[in-house]
Amino acid sequence: MMNWLPENVSTYGTDMDAVMHSIWNIVFVWFLLAEAVLFYFLIRYRKKKGQRAKYKTGNSLKEMSWVLIPAAIVLMFDLGIDFYQNPVWKKVKIDIPQDPDLVVKIEGQQFVWNMTYPGLDNKFGTIDDFKTTSQLYVPINKKVVFELSSKDVIHSFWVPNLRLKQDAVPGRVIKGWFEAVKNGTYSIGCAELCGSGHGMMRGQLHVLSDKEYQDWVYKKTPKKAKKALEAAADSQQENSHE
Amino acid sequence: MSKKQSFLTKYIFSQDHKVVGVQYMILGLLMALVGGYLAYVFRYQLAYPNQSIPGYGVLEADKYNSAVTMHGTIMVFWVAMPILLSGFGNYLLPLMVGAKDMAFPKLNMLSFWVFFVSALTLISSFFVPEGAVGGGWTTYPPLMANPGFTGVGWGAPLWILAVALEFASMLMSGINFLTTTITMRAKGMTFFRMPLFVWMANVASLIFMFSVGPLIAGALMLLADQLFAVGFFLPEKGGDPLLFQHLFWFFGHPEVYVLLLPALGIVAEIITVFSRKSIFGYKMIIYSVLVAGVLSFLVWAHHQFVSGIDPRIAAPFGLTTILISVPFAITMFAYIASLWGGQVRFSTAMLFAISMIVEFLLGGVTGILNGATASDIYMHDTYFVVAHFHYTLFPIVFLTSFAGIYFWFPKIFGRFMNETWGKIHFWITAISANFVFLPLFFVGIAGNHRRIYDPSLFEHLKDFQYLHVISTIGLFVLIGAQVPFILNFFISMFKGKKATENPWEANTLEWQAPSPPGHGNFITDPVVHRWPYDYSLENTEKDWCPQTEAI
Repeated sequence: MMNWLPENVSTYGTDMDAVMHSIWNIVFVWFLLAEAVLFYFLIRYRKKKGQRAKYKTGNSLKEMSWVLIPAAIVLMFDLGIDFYQNPVWKKVKIDIPQDPDLVVKIEGQQFVWNMTYPGLDNKFGTIDDFKTTSQLYVPINKKVVFELSSKDVIHSFWVPNLRLKQDAVPGRVIKGWFEAVKNGTYSIGCAELCGSGHGMMRGQLHVLSDKEYQDWVYKKTPKKAKKALEAAADSQQENSHE
Repeated sequence: MSKKQSFLTKYIFSQDHKVVGVQYMILGLLMALVGGYLAYVFRYQLAYPNQSIPGYGVLEADKYNSAVTMHGTIMVFWVAMPILLSGFGNYLLPLMVGAKDMAFPKLNMLSFWVFFVSALTLISSFFVPEGAVGGGWTTYPPLMANPGFTGVGWGAPLWILAVALEFASMLMSGINFLTTTITMRAKGMTFFRMPLFVWMANVASLIFMFSVGPLIAGALMLLADQLFAVGFFLPEKGGDPLLFQHLFWFFGHPEVYVLLLPALGIVAEIITVFSRKSIFGYKMIIYSVLVAGVLSFLVWAHHQFVSGIDPRIAAPFGLTTILISVPFAITMFAYIASLWGGQVRFSTAMLFAISMIVEFLLGGVTGILNGATASDIYMHDTYFVVAHFHYTLFPIVFLTSFAGIYFWFPKIFGRFMNETWGKIHFWITAISANFVFLPLFFVGIAGNHRRIYDPSLFEHLKDFQYLHVISTIGLFVLIGAQVPFILNFFISMFKGKKATENPWEANTLEWQAPSPPGHGNFITDPVVHRWPYDYSLENTEKDWCPQTEAI
């Protein structure tokens, strides 16, 4: 069943897929067992002429154990699943890298995603920052942290191939991260109903090689900012010569 | 009671719990037609995007949002609640405990008519400027708090008003259920001799009453935001949108069990009668349900794992969510065990009751993938969730209601429904439902998020359009299968084979009253000597033993 998942292209996606496969396999076996017993009883104990049903109330502890023992096993599987999957949640949502290679600001707005990049200097609030609309470009094999916010209503940043979903809530900045491991272009959607254009709130994730990404950043950096930065770099060089 | 009643006081403004119950059921079924029509409209759009829909026309994106919002709202609050809890509850509860009527008959009548007004209010919102609300049945702000975002003028406040009236009506019903059960039981009807349905309806009423307060507070705050821009949920005014989600789901998740429990009660009564068996582990089921009722108040944030709440709070809520599967596993296993050693008669009612278990099990187990925090990151707000809760709610609401209607119809109207047509109705309904909902698991896993009006716009979903087509065609068949039911229902009411007092040879008290019971229910006051599940007792000739029979 979980083979229907789209291709995974993130580091933690591998762990999430393992969780989903395992849970599905466990619950599906339980489902089949319960159905098998149910159908067996229905066929085996269908009405037959001249026969009488048994009187069995299941009120003694001994009889109850027919139900309580399987239920106890269910409980053990439940706890097993919970403890097995908790570290994955922690990895994706709690352990956000402290030393990311790139930080991007993503803002939801009816019905686009506004991406703000730190530009060549990798710092926000400087003249080389630039924006894109609904197109997110990231380098491959790098830890990308995003700061998610919303301008108007609740949106949800959803990239199926990254196994990433996070609501964007107005009034809050929510941090998240991912590391893409395969070049390509992938769908971005909004997974929280956000108004009439909700279904058209689309974007794309472009995973580029390091070099392609650097070239793209250089190309996107405003001319003025480039000049200013180069001038600053030159003067710094001169200063260091002296 | 001896006073002669006119048609108006007997069937319209009636204080008889049985008439009120039937009124609830019929209004619920009528609302199901509206909810079903809306499903037809948006499923047509999903399968055949932007084509003109026969019987509607072209569905615009904002009207698509209205359609899914109103479908969810109607099916939960105006179909499931009135049929399962108010309908069956009102009809059966006094009969099953051996009472002449509800404790407060006038309140009962009022509760129905308030509900009637709430239904009119909700339906009227389709016809106001800008139409019915389109913010999802969960009505999250700021989308629903600020008219600037929703594009909805009158629809949003009307939605809140309708829901408020509906809840007032349900509260009145709940007060009646609890008071009647506590104070009006027949002689000998101890708590642990009550049929499971009575237990379930009471626990459901309690859960509803304990959980509804926060939602009413949330709804009032939302209304204040909509009408007066107060800003409880608007960050630019110092409010917090997430607060509403907590208030909503503190009610919203227990609500799931408010619907599930009466359904479990109905199924228990039917499978015992038609397998000629005692229920297996009566007290175990009751205690399980009580534990689940308490746990249901501690799981709400599992709807909000990725909503922006502190991610460290997810682990405890994930644990409680996964744990709540245990009491329901016990209940389901007990129901299956009840069939062991039985003599199963496959009447239409029994077929529907069994299919409820068969299909609910899939809904139950798939919930684990949403309850586990890590997999929920992916599954949340995809069609996987949609498929999961339709596999719980469709069996709860429809399969169970049909089971109950076929089963109690002879009591309610004194005549049987036609079994042949009943079985045709059953097989087409139970099978086609799987064609509607199974494909949704697959598109969900493939990454189809919810409430988008044209999935084919997304590159990663283009290849899966055929699954939406299968689902939609399944829905056509499912809706079509209800025609024989509707005809059977109304024709049998007047022309069906006449029923005796206890045609299914059942033990519970309602089968000791005439079919249909008159105002006041029982000819002589019943005295209860035993619990309701003495089927196939050893050393007796007949294989049932009414609760009134002395030991």
